[in-house]
Amino acid sequence: MLDNYLPILVFIAIGIAFGVGPIFAGFILGPHRPDAEKLSPYECGFEAFEDSRMAFDVRYYLVAILFILFDLEIAFLFPWAVVLDQLGWFGFWAMVVFLGILVIGFIYEWKKGALEWE
Amino acid sequence: MIELLIILAKIILIVGPLMGAVAYFTYAERKIIGYMQVRLGPNRVGPKGWGQPIADAVKLMFKEIVVPAQSNRYLFLLAPVLSIAPSLAAWAVVPFGDGLVLADIDASLLYILALTSTGVYGIIVAGWSANSKYSFLGAMRSAAQVVAYEIAMGFALVGVLIAAGSLNLREIVLAQQGGIWHWYFLPLLPLFLVYYISGVAETNRAPFDVAEGESEIVAGFHVEYGGMAFAVFFLAEYANIILVSMLVSLLFFGGWNSPFEGIWGLETLFGWVPGLVWLLVKTSFFMFTFLWLRATFPRYRYDQIMRLGWKVFIPVTIVWLLVVGVAVVGDLPPWWG
Repeated sequence: MLDNYLPILVFIAIGIAFGVGPIFAGFILGPHRPDAEKLSPYECGFEAFEDSRMAFDVRYYLVAILFILFDLEIAFLFPWAVVLDQLGWFGFWAMVVFLGILVIGFIYEWKKGALEWE
Repeated sequence: MIELLIILAKIILIVGPLMGAVAYFTYAERKIIGYMQVRLGPNRVGPKGWGQPIADAVKLMFKEIVVPAQSNRYLFLLAPVLSIAPSLAAWAVVPFGDGLVLADIDASLLYILALTSTGVYGIIVAGWSANSKYSFLGAMRSAAQVVAYEIAMGFALVGVLIAAGSLNLREIVLAQQGGIWHWYFLPLLPLFLVYYISGVAETNRAPFDVAEGESEIVAGFHVEYGGMAFAVFFLAEYANIILVSMLVSLLFFGGWNSPFEGIWGLETLFGWVPGLVWLLVKTSFFMFTFLWLRATFPRYRYDQIMRLGWKVFIPVTIVWLLVVGVAVVGDLPPWWG
Protein backbone atom coordinates (compact mmCIF):
# COMPACT_ATOMS: atom_id res chain seq x y z
CA MET A 1 0.00 0.00 0.00
CA LEU A 2 2.60 2.51 1.09
CA ASP A 3 5.00 1.66 -1.74
CA ASN A 4 2.45 3.25 -4.08
CA TYR A 5 3.72 6.52 -2.67
CA LEU A 6 7.35 5.93 -3.68
CA PRO A 7 6.76 7.04 -7.32
CA ILE A 8 5.18 10.24 -5.97
CA LEU A 9 8.23 11.00 -3.87
CA VAL A 10 10.47 10.43 -6.90
CA PHE A 11 8.20 12.58 -9.04
CA ILE A 12 8.38 15.47 -6.56
CA ALA A 13 12.18 15.19 -6.65
CA ILE A 14 12.08 15.30 -10.46
CA GLY A 15 9.79 18.32 -10.30
CA ILE A 16 12.27 20.15 -8.08
CA ALA A 17 15.09 19.14 -10.43
CA PHE A 18 13.09 20.59 -13.32
CA GLY A 19 13.07 23.90 -11.49
CA VAL A 20 16.69 23.89 -10.30
CA GLY A 21 18.24 22.46 -13.49
CA PRO A 22 17.16 25.12 -16.02
CA ILE A 23 17.99 28.00 -13.65
CA PHE A 24 21.42 26.51 -13.07
CA ALA A 25 21.88 26.05 -16.83
CA GLY A 26 20.76 29.64 -17.37
CA PHE A 27 23.43 30.90 -14.97
CA ILE A 28 26.11 28.91 -16.79
CA LEU A 29 25.07 29.65 -20.36
CA GLY A 30 23.88 33.23 -19.99
CA PRO A 31 26.10 36.30 -19.81
CA HIS A 32 26.92 38.12 -16.55
CA ARG A 33 27.23 41.85 -16.95
CA PRO A 34 25.53 43.42 -13.95
CA ASP A 35 25.39 47.17 -13.43
CA ALA A 36 23.60 49.37 -10.94
CA GLU A 37 20.82 50.31 -13.35
CA LYS A 38 20.14 46.75 -14.37
CA LEU A 39 19.98 45.51 -10.80
CA SER A 40 17.59 48.19 -9.60
CA PRO A 41 13.92 47.22 -9.35
CA TYR A 42 11.80 47.91 -12.40
CA GLU A 43 9.92 51.18 -12.16
CA CYS A 44 8.74 52.91 -15.31
CA GLY A 45 11.70 55.07 -16.24
CA PHE A 46 12.57 56.81 -12.99
CA GLU A 47 14.69 55.87 -9.99
CA ALA A 48 12.97 53.64 -7.46
CA PHE A 49 11.57 55.60 -4.53
CA GLU A 50 10.24 54.44 -1.16
CA ASP A 51 10.37 50.90 0.07
CA SER A 52 8.43 48.44 -2.05
CA ARG A 53 7.46 46.43 1.05
CA MET A 54 4.67 48.88 1.63
CA ALA A 55 1.45 48.58 3.58
CA PHE A 56 -1.21 46.77 1.59
CA ASP A 57 -4.98 46.77 1.63
CA VAL A 58 -6.46 44.99 4.64
CA ARG A 59 -8.91 43.21 2.34
CA TYR A 60 -6.17 40.92 1.10
CA TYR A 61 -5.67 39.86 4.70
CA LEU A 62 -9.40 39.32 5.08
CA VAL A 63 -9.46 37.14 1.96
CA ALA A 64 -6.66 35.04 3.41
CA ILE A 65 -8.57 34.50 6.68
CA LEU A 66 -11.82 33.64 4.89
CA PHE A 67 -9.89 31.26 2.67
CA ILE A 68 -8.61 29.33 5.67
CA LEU A 69 -12.14 29.00 7.08
CA PHE A 70 -13.67 27.78 3.85
CA ASP A 71 -10.78 25.53 2.92
CA LEU A 72 -11.02 23.83 6.29
CA GLU A 73 -14.70 23.39 5.60
CA ILE A 74 -13.88 21.64 2.34
CA ALA A 75 -11.39 19.41 4.13
CA PHE A 76 -14.24 18.38 6.47
CA LEU A 77 -16.57 17.76 3.53
CA PHE A 78 -14.19 15.45 1.66
CA PRO A 79 -14.46 12.32 3.82
CA TRP A 80 -18.19 12.88 4.27
CA ALA A 81 -18.72 13.12 0.50
CA VAL A 82 -16.94 9.83 -0.18
CA VAL A 83 -19.20 7.76 2.12
CA LEU A 84 -22.41 9.76 1.82
CA ASP A 85 -24.10 6.92 -0.06
CA GLN A 86 -23.67 4.61 2.93
CA LEU A 87 -24.47 7.22 5.57
CA GLY A 88 -27.99 7.77 4.28
CA TRP A 89 -30.32 10.55 5.41
CA PHE A 90 -28.82 10.88 8.90
CA GLY A 91 -25.41 11.73 7.44
CA PHE A 92 -27.00 14.08 4.94
CA TRP A 93 -28.92 16.09 7.55
CA ALA A 94 -25.93 16.22 9.87
CA MET A 95 -23.95 17.91 7.12
CA VAL A 96 -26.87 20.22 6.27
CA VAL A 97 -26.70 21.53 9.86
CA PHE A 98 -22.93 21.94 9.52
CA LEU A 99 -23.26 23.72 6.17
CA GLY A 100 -26.10 25.82 7.62
CA ILE A 101 -23.79 27.22 10.29
CA LEU A 102 -21.21 27.96 7.60
CA VAL A 103 -23.82 29.71 5.46
CA ILE A 104 -24.89 31.89 8.41
CA GLY A 105 -21.27 32.99 8.77
CA PHE A 106 -21.07 33.55 5.04
CA ILE A 107 -24.19 35.74 5.06
CA TYR A 108 -22.78 37.68 8.01
CA GLU A 109 -19.50 38.47 6.25
CA TRP A 110 -21.39 39.33 3.06
CA LYS A 111 -23.62 41.82 4.94
CA LYS A 112 -20.59 43.19 6.79
CA GLY A 113 -19.07 44.03 3.41
CA ALA A 114 -16.02 41.79 3.73
CA LEU A 115 -16.52 40.70 0.12
CA GLU A 116 -16.78 44.21 -1.35
CA TRP A 117 -14.04 45.47 -3.63
CA GLU A 118 -14.75 48.82 -5.18
CA MET B 1 17.39 -0.25 -7.57
CA ILE B 2 15.77 -1.80 -10.64
CA GLU B 3 12.43 -0.67 -9.25
CA LEU B 4 13.68 2.88 -8.97
CA LEU B 5 14.90 2.83 -12.58
CA ILE B 6 11.50 1.60 -13.77
CA ILE B 7 9.82 4.44 -11.85
CA LEU B 8 12.26 6.91 -13.39
CA ALA B 9 11.55 5.58 -16.89
CA LYS B 10 7.81 5.94 -16.29
CA ILE B 11 8.24 9.49 -15.02
CA ILE B 12 10.24 10.37 -18.12
CA LEU B 13 7.43 8.86 -20.20
CA ILE B 14 5.05 11.31 -18.54
CA VAL B 15 7.24 14.41 -18.26
CA GLY B 16 8.77 14.14 -21.75
CA PRO B 17 5.49 14.30 -23.68
CA LEU B 18 4.24 16.87 -21.17
CA MET B 19 7.16 19.19 -21.90
CA GLY B 20 6.64 18.68 -25.63
CA ALA B 21 2.97 19.49 -25.16
CA VAL B 22 3.84 22.65 -23.23
CA ALA B 23 6.27 23.78 -25.94
CA TYR B 24 3.82 23.24 -28.75
CA PHE B 25 0.93 24.57 -26.72
CA THR B 26 2.70 27.94 -26.66
CA TYR B 27 3.08 27.65 -30.44
CA ALA B 28 -0.59 26.68 -30.79
CA GLU B 29 -1.54 29.62 -28.61
CA ARG B 30 0.24 32.17 -30.77
CA LYS B 31 -0.93 30.56 -33.99
CA ILE B 32 -4.59 30.09 -32.98
CA ILE B 33 -4.96 33.53 -31.44
CA GLY B 34 -3.19 34.88 -34.52
CA TYR B 35 -5.74 33.32 -36.84
CA MET B 36 -8.61 34.41 -34.59
CA GLN B 37 -7.36 37.98 -34.96
CA VAL B 38 -6.75 37.57 -38.72
CA ARG B 39 -2.96 37.49 -38.34
CA LEU B 40 -0.57 34.73 -39.36
CA GLY B 41 1.20 34.16 -36.06
CA PRO B 42 4.81 32.93 -35.97
CA ASN B 43 5.83 31.60 -39.40
CA ARG B 44 9.54 32.30 -39.82
CA VAL B 45 11.45 29.57 -37.90
CA GLY B 46 11.21 26.32 -39.80
CA PRO B 47 8.29 25.27 -42.00
CA LYS B 48 5.19 27.24 -40.98
CA GLY B 49 6.97 28.32 -37.81
CA TRP B 50 7.17 24.82 -36.31
CA GLY B 51 10.65 25.56 -34.96
CA GLN B 52 9.46 28.57 -32.96
CA PRO B 53 9.15 26.93 -29.50
CA ILE B 54 12.65 25.45 -29.80
CA ALA B 55 14.06 28.80 -30.90
CA ASP B 56 12.35 30.45 -27.92
CA ALA B 57 13.76 27.89 -25.52
CA VAL B 58 17.30 28.32 -26.87
CA LYS B 59 16.99 32.10 -26.71
CA LEU B 60 15.83 32.01 -23.09
CA MET B 61 18.66 29.65 -22.22
CA PHE B 62 21.28 32.19 -23.32
CA LYS B 63 19.68 35.20 -21.63
CA GLU B 64 21.10 36.73 -18.49
CA ILE B 65 19.30 35.95 -15.23
CA VAL B 66 19.12 39.28 -13.46
CA VAL B 67 18.88 39.08 -9.67
CA PRO B 68 17.87 42.55 -8.45
CA ALA B 69 20.28 44.05 -5.92
CA GLN B 70 17.68 44.66 -3.21
CA SER B 71 15.98 41.30 -3.55
CA ASN B 72 16.22 38.37 -1.15
CA ARG B 73 18.25 36.39 -3.63
CA TYR B 74 17.73 32.88 -2.27
CA LEU B 75 13.97 33.28 -2.02
CA PHE B 76 14.05 34.95 -5.41
CA LEU B 77 15.62 31.88 -7.00
CA LEU B 78 13.55 29.47 -4.90
CA ALA B 79 10.22 30.88 -6.15
CA PRO B 80 10.31 29.39 -9.69
CA VAL B 81 11.13 25.98 -8.20
CA LEU B 82 8.21 26.29 -5.77
CA SER B 83 5.98 27.00 -8.69
CA ILE B 84 7.06 24.24 -11.09
CA ALA B 85 7.61 21.35 -8.66
CA PRO B 86 3.92 21.01 -7.65
CA SER B 87 2.65 21.58 -11.18
CA LEU B 88 4.75 18.65 -12.41
CA ALA B 89 4.43 16.40 -9.36
CA ALA B 90 0.63 16.53 -9.56
CA TRP B 91 0.90 14.43 -12.72
CA ALA B 92 2.06 11.44 -10.66
CA VAL B 93 -1.51 10.37 -9.94
CA VAL B 94 -3.20 11.35 -13.22
CA PRO B 95 -4.51 8.18 -14.91
CA PHE B 96 -4.17 8.02 -18.69
CA GLY B 97 -6.23 4.87 -19.01
CA ASP B 98 -7.59 2.01 -16.92
CA GLY B 99 -4.47 1.01 -14.99
CA LEU B 100 -2.28 3.37 -17.00
CA VAL B 101 -1.14 5.43 -14.02
CA LEU B 102 2.15 5.97 -12.22
CA ALA B 103 0.82 5.89 -8.66
CA ASP B 104 -2.64 4.43 -8.18
CA ILE B 105 -3.35 5.82 -4.72
CA ASP B 106 -6.74 6.06 -3.07
CA ALA B 107 -6.42 9.72 -2.16
CA SER B 108 -5.34 10.87 -5.62
CA LEU B 109 -7.82 13.73 -5.88
CA LEU B 110 -6.82 14.97 -2.43
CA TYR B 111 -3.18 14.81 -3.49
CA ILE B 112 -3.87 16.88 -6.61
CA LEU B 113 -5.84 19.45 -4.62
CA ALA B 114 -3.01 19.69 -2.09
CA LEU B 115 -0.30 20.14 -4.72
CA THR B 116 -2.14 22.65 -6.86
CA SER B 117 -2.76 24.69 -3.69
CA THR B 118 0.97 24.72 -3.02
CA GLY B 119 1.50 26.61 -6.29
CA VAL B 120 0.37 29.84 -4.64
CA TYR B 121 3.58 29.90 -2.56
CA GLY B 122 5.59 30.31 -5.76
CA ILE B 123 3.54 33.38 -6.63
CA ILE B 124 3.72 35.03 -3.22
CA VAL B 125 7.42 34.27 -2.67
CA ALA B 126 8.29 35.56 -6.15
CA GLY B 127 6.37 38.78 -5.66
CA TRP B 128 7.69 39.49 -2.20
CA SER B 129 11.33 38.55 -2.67
CA ALA B 130 11.84 40.65 -5.80
CA ASN B 131 11.34 43.82 -3.74
CA SER B 132 9.71 45.65 -6.60
CA LYS B 133 6.38 47.47 -6.38
CA TYR B 134 4.93 45.93 -9.49
CA SER B 135 5.73 42.38 -8.54
CA PHE B 136 4.50 42.95 -4.98
CA LEU B 137 1.13 44.26 -6.17
CA GLY B 138 0.91 41.52 -8.78
CA ALA B 139 1.61 38.86 -6.19
CA MET B 140 -1.05 40.22 -3.82
CA ARG B 141 -3.60 40.23 -6.60
CA SER B 142 -2.77 36.77 -7.92
CA ALA B 143 -2.60 35.16 -4.51
CA ALA B 144 -5.96 36.59 -3.40
CA GLN B 145 -7.53 35.55 -6.68
CA VAL B 146 -6.08 32.04 -6.60
CA VAL B 147 -7.19 31.33 -3.03
CA ALA B 148 -10.66 32.78 -3.69
CA TYR B 149 -11.26 30.48 -6.63
CA GLU B 150 -9.69 27.55 -4.85
CA ILE B 151 -12.71 27.45 -2.53
CA ALA B 152 -15.20 27.26 -5.39
CA MET B 153 -12.99 24.62 -6.99
CA GLY B 154 -12.88 22.55 -3.81
CA PHE B 155 -16.66 22.68 -3.40
CA ALA B 156 -17.10 21.57 -7.02
CA LEU B 157 -14.79 18.62 -6.34
CA VAL B 158 -16.90 17.64 -3.31
CA GLY B 159 -19.85 17.32 -5.69
CA VAL B 160 -17.87 14.91 -7.87
CA LEU B 161 -16.93 12.91 -4.77
CA ILE B 162 -20.55 12.60 -3.68
CA ALA B 163 -21.51 11.40 -7.15
CA ALA B 164 -18.64 8.93 -7.54
CA GLY B 165 -18.19 7.86 -3.91
CA SER B 166 -14.41 7.69 -4.28
CA LEU B 167 -11.32 9.89 -4.11
CA ASN B 168 -9.47 7.71 -6.60
CA LEU B 169 -9.38 9.29 -10.06
CA ARG B 170 -9.54 5.90 -11.78
CA GLU B 171 -12.66 4.94 -9.86
CA ILE B 172 -14.23 8.33 -10.59
CA VAL B 173 -13.76 7.70 -14.31
CA LEU B 174 -15.07 4.13 -14.02
CA ALA B 175 -18.16 5.44 -12.22
CA GLN B 176 -18.96 7.44 -15.38
CA GLN B 177 -19.05 4.38 -17.64
CA GLY B 178 -22.10 3.63 -19.75
CA GLY B 179 -22.40 6.34 -22.38
CA ILE B 180 -22.20 10.08 -22.76
CA TRP B 181 -25.29 10.77 -20.61
CA HIS B 182 -23.59 9.14 -17.63
CA TRP B 183 -20.70 11.59 -17.71
CA TYR B 184 -20.84 13.97 -14.78
CA PHE B 185 -21.07 17.15 -16.81
CA LEU B 186 -24.82 16.52 -17.17
CA PRO B 187 -25.90 15.86 -13.56
CA LEU B 188 -23.23 18.21 -12.24
CA LEU B 189 -23.50 20.87 -14.95
CA PRO B 190 -23.23 23.90 -12.59
CA LEU B 191 -20.29 22.30 -10.81
CA PHE B 192 -18.57 21.59 -14.11
CA LEU B 193 -18.91 25.23 -15.19
CA VAL B 194 -17.70 26.47 -11.81
CA TYR B 195 -14.77 24.07 -11.88
CA TYR B 196 -13.69 24.98 -15.38
CA ILE B 197 -13.98 28.74 -14.89
CA SER B 198 -12.18 28.45 -11.53
CA GLY B 199 -9.48 26.49 -13.34
CA VAL B 200 -9.03 29.39 -15.74
CA ALA B 201 -8.86 31.82 -12.82
CA GLU B 202 -6.49 29.56 -10.84
CA THR B 203 -3.97 29.55 -13.67
CA ASN B 204 -4.22 33.35 -13.95
CA ARG B 205 -5.33 33.15 -17.56
CA ALA B 206 -7.40 35.62 -19.56
CA PRO B 207 -10.05 36.88 -18.89
CA PHE B 208 -8.88 36.65 -15.24
CA ASP B 209 -5.28 37.72 -15.87
CA VAL B 210 -5.29 40.97 -13.87
CA ALA B 211 -2.07 39.74 -12.28
CA GLU B 212 -0.32 40.50 -15.53
CA GLY B 213 -2.58 43.27 -16.75
CA GLU B 214 0.10 44.70 -19.04
CA SER B 215 -1.27 48.21 -18.94
CA GLU B 216 -1.31 48.37 -15.13
CA ILE B 217 1.37 46.29 -13.44
CA VAL B 218 3.45 45.05 -16.38
CA ALA B 219 3.92 41.29 -15.90
CA GLY B 220 2.70 40.95 -12.33
CA PHE B 221 4.59 38.83 -9.84
CA HIS B 222 7.31 37.70 -12.27
CA VAL B 223 8.21 41.12 -13.67
CA GLU B 224 11.78 40.95 -12.32
CA TYR B 225 12.51 37.50 -13.73
CA GLY B 226 14.41 36.95 -16.94
CA GLY B 227 15.98 34.13 -18.90
CA MET B 228 15.55 30.60 -17.59
CA ALA B 229 14.10 31.79 -14.26
CA PHE B 230 11.22 33.27 -16.21
CA ALA B 231 10.99 30.20 -18.44
CA VAL B 232 10.43 28.00 -15.39
CA PHE B 233 7.40 30.11 -14.35
CA PHE B 234 6.18 29.89 -17.90
CA LEU B 235 6.52 26.09 -17.96
CA ALA B 236 4.65 25.85 -14.67
CA GLU B 237 1.77 27.98 -15.92
CA TYR B 238 1.32 25.93 -19.08
CA ALA B 239 1.75 22.59 -17.30
CA ASN B 240 -1.04 23.77 -14.98
CA ILE B 241 -3.29 24.64 -17.91
CA ILE B 242 -2.83 21.17 -19.35
CA LEU B 243 -3.43 19.64 -15.91
CA VAL B 244 -6.71 21.54 -15.46
CA SER B 245 -7.86 20.48 -18.94
CA MET B 246 -6.96 16.88 -18.15
CA LEU B 247 -8.80 16.99 -14.82
CA VAL B 248 -11.93 18.45 -16.41
CA SER B 249 -11.96 15.59 -18.93
CA LEU B 250 -11.38 13.02 -16.19
CA LEU B 251 -13.83 14.35 -13.63
CA PHE B 252 -16.68 15.54 -15.82
CA PHE B 253 -16.24 14.08 -19.31
CA GLY B 254 -15.72 10.39 -18.70
CA GLY B 255 -11.92 10.36 -19.05
CA TRP B 256 -10.95 7.59 -21.44
CA ASN B 257 -14.54 6.39 -22.00
CA SER B 258 -15.70 6.57 -25.59
CA PRO B 259 -18.46 9.13 -26.27
CA PHE B 260 -20.21 6.57 -28.48
CA GLU B 261 -20.66 3.97 -25.74
CA GLY B 262 -24.13 2.45 -25.91
CA ILE B 263 -25.04 4.07 -29.23
CA TRP B 264 -25.93 1.38 -31.76
CA GLY B 265 -23.61 1.24 -34.79
CA LEU B 266 -21.27 4.05 -33.75
CA GLU B 267 -20.02 2.05 -30.76
CA THR B 268 -18.63 -0.77 -32.93
CA LEU B 269 -17.55 1.65 -35.66
CA PHE B 270 -15.29 3.50 -33.22
CA GLY B 271 -14.57 0.47 -31.01
CA TRP B 272 -10.95 0.26 -32.19
CA VAL B 273 -10.02 3.73 -30.88
CA PRO B 274 -7.92 3.36 -27.70
CA GLY B 275 -9.15 5.10 -24.55
CA LEU B 276 -6.03 7.24 -24.36
CA VAL B 277 -6.97 8.88 -27.66
CA TRP B 278 -10.41 9.87 -26.34
CA LEU B 279 -8.83 11.30 -23.21
CA LEU B 280 -6.33 13.32 -25.23
CA VAL B 281 -9.01 14.56 -27.64
CA LYS B 282 -11.10 15.81 -24.70
CA THR B 283 -8.06 17.37 -23.03
CA SER B 284 -7.03 19.11 -26.27
CA PHE B 285 -10.51 20.52 -26.61
CA PHE B 286 -10.36 22.12 -23.18
CA MET B 287 -6.85 23.40 -23.84
CA PHE B 288 -8.23 24.98 -27.00
CA THR B 289 -11.02 26.67 -25.05
CA PHE B 290 -8.38 28.30 -22.84
CA LEU B 291 -7.02 30.01 -25.98
CA TRP B 292 -10.49 30.69 -27.30
CA LEU B 293 -11.43 32.49 -24.06
CA ARG B 294 -8.27 34.57 -24.26
CA ALA B 295 -8.98 35.63 -27.84
CA THR B 296 -12.64 36.39 -27.14
CA PHE B 297 -13.11 38.10 -23.78
CA PRO B 298 -11.82 41.41 -22.49
CA ARG B 299 -10.13 41.36 -19.09
CA TYR B 300 -12.32 41.42 -15.98
CA ARG B 301 -11.91 44.17 -13.45
CA TYR B 302 -10.49 43.02 -10.12
CA ASP B 303 -13.65 43.70 -8.11
CA GLN B 304 -15.65 41.77 -10.72
CA ILE B 305 -13.34 38.79 -10.37
CA MET B 306 -13.70 38.72 -6.60
CA ARG B 307 -17.46 39.17 -6.84
CA LEU B 308 -17.74 36.25 -9.25
CA GLY B 309 -15.62 34.01 -7.05
CA TRP B 310 -17.20 34.77 -3.68
CA LYS B 311 -20.74 35.89 -4.40
CA VAL B 312 -21.68 33.75 -7.39
CA PHE B 313 -19.62 30.56 -7.42
CA ILE B 314 -19.69 29.71 -3.71
CA PRO B 315 -23.50 30.02 -3.31
CA VAL B 316 -24.06 28.12 -6.57
CA THR B 317 -21.80 25.26 -5.53
CA ILE B 318 -23.28 24.98 -2.00
CA VAL B 319 -26.81 24.75 -3.44
CA TRP B 320 -25.78 22.18 -6.01
CA LEU B 321 -23.97 20.10 -3.38
CA LEU B 322 -27.28 19.76 -1.54
CA VAL B 323 -29.08 18.86 -4.78
CA VAL B 324 -26.52 16.16 -5.56
CA GLY B 325 -26.63 14.92 -1.97
CA VAL B 326 -30.43 14.52 -2.08
CA ALA B 327 -30.19 12.76 -5.45
CA VAL B 328 -27.52 10.30 -4.25
CA VAL B 329 -29.01 9.51 -0.85
CA GLY B 330 -32.57 9.37 -2.20
CA ASP B 331 -31.53 7.26 -5.22
CA LEU B 332 -33.35 9.64 -7.55
CA PRO B 333 -33.59 8.86 -11.27
CA PRO B 334 -32.40 9.39 -13.94
CA TRP B 335 -28.76 9.16 -12.74
CA TRP B 336 -28.93 7.53 -9.36
CA GLY B 337 -32.16 5.53 -9.69
